[in-house]
Amino acid sequence: MKIKIIVTLKKSVLDPQGTVIQQALNGMGFNDVNEVRQGKFFEINIDEKDQSKAEEKADEMCKKLLANLVIEDYKIIGSQ
Amino acid sequence: MNSSVITFPGSNCDRDMDVALKKFGFKNKMVWHNDVELPKSELVVLPGGFSYGDYLRCGSMASKSRIMKSVINFAKSGGKIMGICNGFQILVETGLLPGVLLRNKYLEFICKNVFVKVNNKNNPYFKDIKKDTLELHIAHNEGNYFCSKEQIKEINNNNQIALYYSDKDGKINENTNPNGSIKNIAGVFNKEKNVLGMMPHPERMIDPDLSGEDGSIFFKNLINNLK
Repeated sequence: MKIKIIVTLKKSVLDPQGTVIQQALNGMGFNDVNEVRQGKFFEINIDEKDQSKAEEKADEMCKKLLANLVIEDYKIIGSQ
Repeated sequence: MNSSVITFPGSNCDRDMDVALKKFGFKNKMVWHNDVELPKSELVVLPGGFSYGDYLRCGSMASKSRIMKSVINFAKSGGKIMGICNGFQILVETGLLPGVLLRNKYLEFICKNVFVKVNNKNNPYFKDIKKDTLELHIAHNEGNYFCSKEQIKEINNNNQIALYYSDKDGKINENTNPNGSIKNIAGVFNKEKNVLGMMPHPERMIDPDLSGEDGSIFFKNLINNLK
């Protein structure tokens, strides 16, 4: 099963890289861009056929390693 | 007095730390990250560098390496552990220290001497240091200390803030904050004060010809307090 996960900084945490990307986009003429938040994307292949079990394991992986919950949120955005 | 310095793939201040510890009387051993057991030590140091190439988040991969189980047990049994720079990042990723170190506010790698004000001297690391501020060196890209509002209250109440970025006279304000750290925090303890993490490098300030000597003050004091 393939699981897709995104990890983003919490809203309350300043994202200076996102701010710089936003400024660059504005400078390139994309004047209507008013916020950019940068994150991480993971695609994980797991030998588990049961979708809910696989997602449960992915959830544990996020909590233990993929995200730092002090500053980041994670979301499992798909499994197939 | 026995100490151990852990070398991770990508550590680059491990040898400097070894030189500094030996200069002030520690019998130091270098320990590889893939080892299982710590040698008998009164002090364990996680050195600076770029362990595992800073993959995923700084310090996150190193915090899961094999030796860290022994390091965490050592901390829980009251052992003294000091994490400098990347070592600090590793300690917050293990959960032994509160908070996290974000990218510097202005996205620059900072490499310069700074002054830090010692906030808590009631511990073996800073007890008996007469000076209130120390001149130390920082070199980092992710030193912007951050924690939640609840956590900052908690670490304040427990006197866990070890060092603040300041000026020579100990003034703490935005102008003396190099990287955007919340409340100018440069170093923190765990609740029990046996684990210390700090961004500045005392091991780079031990030679009167090359640098200042405030690192020497730190190490001389440390070995005396651990005796």
